[in-house]
Amino acid sequence: MEALPSAPSPLIALVGNPNCGKTALFNILTGSRQKVANYAGVTVERKEGSLLTPSGLRVRILDLPGAYSLDPLTPDEQVTADVLLGRRTGETQPDFVVCVTDATNLRQNLRLVLSLKRLGLPMVVALNMSDIARRKGIVIDAERLAAELGVPVVETVGVKATGVRALIKVLDGLAIPGRTRQAAVWRTPSASDIEYDQSEVRRILGLVGGDRLDGVTISDRVDAVVLHPVFGPLILAGILFLVFQAVFAWAQVPMDAIRLGVAAFGHWLGAALPESLLKGLLINGVLAGVGSVLVFLPQIIILFFFILMLEDSGYLPRAAFLLDRVMGSVGLSGRAFIPLLSSFACAIPGIMATRTIQNPRDRLATIMIAPLMTCSARLPVYALIIGAFIPQRTLWGGLELQGVVLFGLYIVGVASAMAVAFVLKRSGRGTGFQALMLELPAYHWPNLRSLGIGLWQRVEIFMSRVGTIILALMVILWALSSFPAPPPGAAGPPIQYSIAGHLGAWLAVLFAPIGFNWQISIALVPGLAAREVAVGALGTVYALSATGDDVSGALTPLIAHSWSLPTAFSLLAWYVFAPQCLSTLATVKRETNSWRYPIIMAAYLFALAYTGSWITYRVAVALLS
Amino acid sequence: MVSVTAVDAAAPAELGRRLAELGFLPGEAVRIVARGMMARAPIAVRIGTGTFALRLFEAACIRVCPEQPQPA
Repeated sequence: MEALPSAPSPLIALVGNPNCGKTALFNILTGSRQKVANYAGVTVERKEGSLLTPSGLRVRILDLPGAYSLDPLTPDEQVTADVLLGRRTGETQPDFVVCVTDATNLRQNLRLVLSLKRLGLPMVVALNMSDIARRKGIVIDAERLAAELGVPVVETVGVKATGVRALIKVLDGLAIPGRTRQAAVWRTPSASDIEYDQSEVRRILGLVGGDRLDGVTISDRVDAVVLHPVFGPLILAGILFLVFQAVFAWAQVPMDAIRLGVAAFGHWLGAALPESLLKGLLINGVLAGVGSVLVFLPQIIILFFFILMLEDSGYLPRAAFLLDRVMGSVGLSGRAFIPLLSSFACAIPGIMATRTIQNPRDRLATIMIAPLMTCSARLPVYALIIGAFIPQRTLWGGLELQGVVLFGLYIVGVASAMAVAFVLKRSGRGTGFQALMLELPAYHWPNLRSLGIGLWQRVEIFMSRVGTIILALMVILWALSSFPAPPPGAAGPPIQYSIAGHLGAWLAVLFAPIGFNWQISIALVPGLAAREVAVGALGTVYALSATGDDVSGALTPLIAHSWSLPTAFSLLAWYVFAPQCLSTLATVKRETNSWRYPIIMAAYLFALAYTGSWITYRVAVALLS
Repeated sequence: MVSVTAVDAAAPAELGRRLAELGFLPGEAVRIVARGMMARAPIAVRIGTGTFALRLFEAACIRVCPEQPQPA
């Protein structure tokens, strides 16, 4: 969000350690739609919202990235420190700081409070998660703490609307016309500062309480199993496997409903409209194209449901812990796991999440392999081909064959990512140690409200893509596939005579060695804009090339009849490596601040995809003949 | 249960600083809560009320001694 023009409304910055519930607090205060999670470093973007206090004061609230200290080690912390010190260009220095602390982990959080105090900006300390602290029997004397720190202290509960009343009251008192901004003074903390802070923390904790070091917490008991050397990896594999089974099994009913609904609507429209060009556009272009993408909405919702649950509960950093050795063996940090897992949903948030990786070379390697994680946009393509070519059969133990194949495709993606990372590690110059130092926060029950917000965001993003990019491309593709019209008395399907038909015929020469026909070749082009569009494009191409009137017929039986098995496998292989969608490449450009890496990325992915498909096609042909 | 005596002076400066920021400071109690599957690494370390996953080379920068009995 852009900073508002120099309005008189005060700018308030939320600052805090990672995992202190700052983002949830921000959501409650501003009603902003933002993702809440509790692994280190979810907040990588600038988030600003505004709040109207009861007395009518409008304040702007800036959610700064989580930081352990003001002496920055990550790009995230750099942003936080720069904004607070007024060193960040284009960003006004905040007028007031809300230092958010985790009341259950004050010993760690107070150090940041002390260094913020040294900065000299006016501030209030929010004892967040005070409800959890109370339940744990941690009693903090807030008044005493305020007296010791010399700043106001309020208790907050970031997940409840009533939990921020006290904080809003403090912010309400900020109407200071003509306030004078205090200059923030910064000096790098010396060893004696650190020592002093530590003794201060101990002294204050001794006075106000809240330093109960519980012996064995519930999280510890959970971790005893979840982080167990044998059970831990088994549980992780089980969870991942469950997700992929669910994506297929649970989504079946709503998917069928959407498919039937679109088909029924097409029939109704076909009967209601007079024969015209517009009818062709609506039914063959818009409905056939958009409908075949829309059908994958249930699967995307289910996938994100699981990812958000794992994030919110605190399991993700544990998974990073379990996989650290594997990641380390190919030269990645365990921290890379979180961006990579996000990339299963979409490479864009994944690549943005790499900002929490300190080592620049580590970060670059993670960015480069992020697109090899099978993003949800590829799911429609996989689902279509698997649905058409893999029989619905139950294997032993109730496993669905289709689910197993899908899981296998994800594994191939991960394995090739590891291989690429290994090559990068070998080719790169040694950069010494890769740090992990990942906080394992206490487990939380996922917050249903933020889960709902997160899921709704995904639906909105997907639907707005269907409504904009995908719709526009479908219309363009329909036009390309319809004009020029076939000459009178032409024998073949009309699309063969159109611009798209010619383009496809030309591309088909390039893709013939890997078994793609011209219909697939055409569909790959709009697939560059967004991968799931390829399915819609196939829908459009096949709807138009059908000589009969069966335009609303499902795509699945159509391709099952017209493609050979090696072609289907080859296309699956292509999409494991599928060259980047343009928005991912744009994100890489933005994150690396250079055109070099997006170009390298596109080139290497294209080479991998072509090689992978070629091998797959040749092997399949040889085996099946 | 052991307590931290110091962060190794020979540790890379950035690493030592970050460890200190996370709370690995002289006198703080630490204990290992979990170890990884392969080569028993990484390790999950409880410091104060927080838990951090550390690779072995990171943990090796932390000097510890048996915990002193807490003064009453």
